[in-house]
Amino acid sequence: MQELDTTGLGSVRVTRKSDNVVVIEKDLATEQMVLAMGPQHPSTHGVLKLECLTDGEVITEAVPYLGYLHRCFEKCCENVDYPAVVPYTDRLDYLAGMNSEFSYALAVEKLLDIEIPRRVEFIRVIVAELNRIASHLVAIGTYGIDLGAFTPFLFCFRDREIILGLLEWASGARMLYNYIWVGGLAYDVPSDFLTRVREFVAYFRPKTVELCNLLTKNEIFVKRTLGIGIMPADVAINYGWSGPMLRGSGVKWDLRRNDPYSVYPELDFNVPVPDGKLSVVGDCLSRHLVRAFEMDESLKIIEQCIDKMPSAEGFNPRSAIPKRIRPKAGEVYSRAENPRGELGFYIQSDGKSTKPIRCKARSSCFVNLSAMKDLSKGQLIPDLVAIIGSIDIVLGEVDR
Amino acid sequence: MSSTALSQFSIPFLMGNNLNAWSEALAGFNLFGLPLGLVILAAIPLVFIALYSLTYGVYGERKISAFMQDRLGPMEVGKWGILQTLADILKLLQKEDIVPTSADKFLFVIGPGVLFVGSFLAYAVLPFSPAFIGASLNVGLFYAIGIVALEVVGILAAGWGSNNKWSLYGAVRSVAQIVSYEIPAAIALLCGAMMAGTLDMQKITMLQSGSLGFAHFFLFQTPIAWLPFLIYFIASLAEVNRAPFDIPEAESELVAGYFTEYSGMKFAVIFLAEYGSMFMVSAIISIVFLGGWNSPLPNIGPLALNDMTNGPLWGAFWIITKGFFFIFVQMWLRWTLPRLRVDQLMYLCWKVLTPFAFVSFVLTAIWEVYVP
Repeated sequence: MQELDTTGLGSVRVTRKSDNVVVIEKDLATEQMVLAMGPQHPSTHGVLKLECLTDGEVITEAVPYLGYLHRCFEKCCENVDYPAVVPYTDRLDYLAGMNSEFSYALAVEKLLDIEIPRRVEFIRVIVAELNRIASHLVAIGTYGIDLGAFTPFLFCFRDREIILGLLEWASGARMLYNYIWVGGLAYDVPSDFLTRVREFVAYFRPKTVELCNLLTKNEIFVKRTLGIGIMPADVAINYGWSGPMLRGSGVKWDLRRNDPYSVYPELDFNVPVPDGKLSVVGDCLSRHLVRAFEMDESLKIIEQCIDKMPSAEGFNPRSAIPKRIRPKAGEVYSRAENPRGELGFYIQSDGKSTKPIRCKARSSCFVNLSAMKDLSKGQLIPDLVAIIGSIDIVLGEVDR
Repeated sequence: MSSTALSQFSIPFLMGNNLNAWSEALAGFNLFGLPLGLVILAAIPLVFIALYSLTYGVYGERKISAFMQDRLGPMEVGKWGILQTLADILKLLQKEDIVPTSADKFLFVIGPGVLFVGSFLAYAVLPFSPAFIGASLNVGLFYAIGIVALEVVGILAAGWGSNNKWSLYGAVRSVAQIVSYEIPAAIALLCGAMMAGTLDMQKITMLQSGSLGFAHFFLFQTPIAWLPFLIYFIASLAEVNRAPFDIPEAESELVAGYFTEYSGMKFAVIFLAEYGSMFMVSAIISIVFLGGWNSPLPNIGPLALNDMTNGPLWGAFWIITKGFFFIFVQMWLRWTLPRLRVDQLMYLCWKVLTPFAFVSFVLTAIWEVYVP
């Protein structure tokens, strides 16, 4: 090992490892800089704050700071009746309100142990899958923006608009639906709804191909995401990842299949998992691809649901809704596959009150985000942006 | 340029006789022996060209992006929103001029100015018509390549003076990018200069005129010319910080890069400089490779299309059309492609564009020497 001082700024170490390999290390006098990314930053997807320690453009450490959108969800739930929690669940993951409501309704129904009409189940699955598509469209579109492609974002929002229109038609609201109630639905779907959904499915199939050609197959997009932010499957499981994030790491884990609920066991759909041909398993591109393929699967599910749906004759969406929800003393944990992963509700009842004495939401975004420290180490700032985008967080669900 | 050239241009078409007399008088205005009047006379149309390229560049950008994204774009101010940019400029003029308290005031203030001057000075050597060029330098192309580097100073001043970490990142990235990309850009332009045998922009253009129209353009003169043409086009995108090389102002990464802290008229000046440079590089590429103010239409037998569409006014029409075409391509790319990463950008410059620029340089030299 030789020590040379040629630059005058610091010493240069030349190490000869073998005959062919010479390692030159420069000790330039550099300092690390603290860079506060967010909470007002265009690509932190809301009010996430990342405190990054940077060396030039390289991140040595990034620590997420949470709580800017904390709205006391769990404490609020302890002070309202069981049905009144439903609107709050909309506001958890505001991009997938239907799925959150669905998950909560499942939990309380499990606690009450009630049967619900078959048509209700199918309508729930249809609206939830529509909302899953809408949510993935936002994820993919904003991911495009994170990487500098603006046009795919507007294409995604154009199609999402149709879904929001459909859901508004069914529930009366565009994002915060309050549609899936404990034991039933707020309303039956409008008479023409299923035809329109079928039209949407026919319209949307070619659009996924268009989106794929515009964004996913783009050389620059692939270069920006391939091999970036790799998460091995075992580490992902240890972190408790779920949803597209876990599947992106190559684990075939989908609660609709692995812990089936509602009518999902009757439906035929695949769980897309990257095989390492198009992407490196566990990288940002894998997670993006999982979302893109999942939209196709959701379309399949919606079509099957429309075909299998029992007729609306003599159907009352509120028939199974209990007059007064007062579960027996006990506790329940129920989980459902949300667009962002496993959303679980742990509810405790004392058997006397009409209010849950404890309602805990297990949020997938929060768990997925917790791996940020591992993922960001040694990445460039643009890659950090790509990684945050691929995690697809909704701060409403992270902070609750 | 001479005043006679200008009067040829102006008498029959643009100005009345009174105005012509006025311009003659201004042309004769000397201060301490310096032909100051001539300078002013040349600068006036250039300022107008720059301002119009800004106004309609921004409007075009918004309309083209809207068209590509299934939107309408600006529709409220004027018919089809045609006055939108003017309204925006008026708004920006009225805005409070904020200088951050912790900023380096001097650098913060001069930054946008230097930036604008850097992009605008190159307009002086662009021949806008056979009869009009701001300064007919015999090293015009060399000057145009060199003066653009002044922008780097403005960007660095703006980024450093803002005292903002994002601005600093943007400025440093931008400087690295512009300095690197100047090398392939300059070598590619030298290929054109080699084919012409001169650095005078007006002469380069004149050498590409002829009755066959586009067949005389340097791009179609040799089978090699498309290589420096493409290299310069890609490098010019990076030089003016356009997508997919808009890394210095990468919105999703660096908020707004070196102009994060700017608002009001200073922001407008930076914007003006950006669109000014867009038109400038587009004009340079059309002058060096696509015949500048020459009409691309050929004479077909008795139908003398080329002769009909050449002349001082037609010349201005052609070069501005060609310039706007390249601006359109720049916008098209911007609204289609994602952004490269910093290291990928440098890889493209040093390991792809620069070697290919050298290859095209050597090939052009061989072609010029051995092919009559």
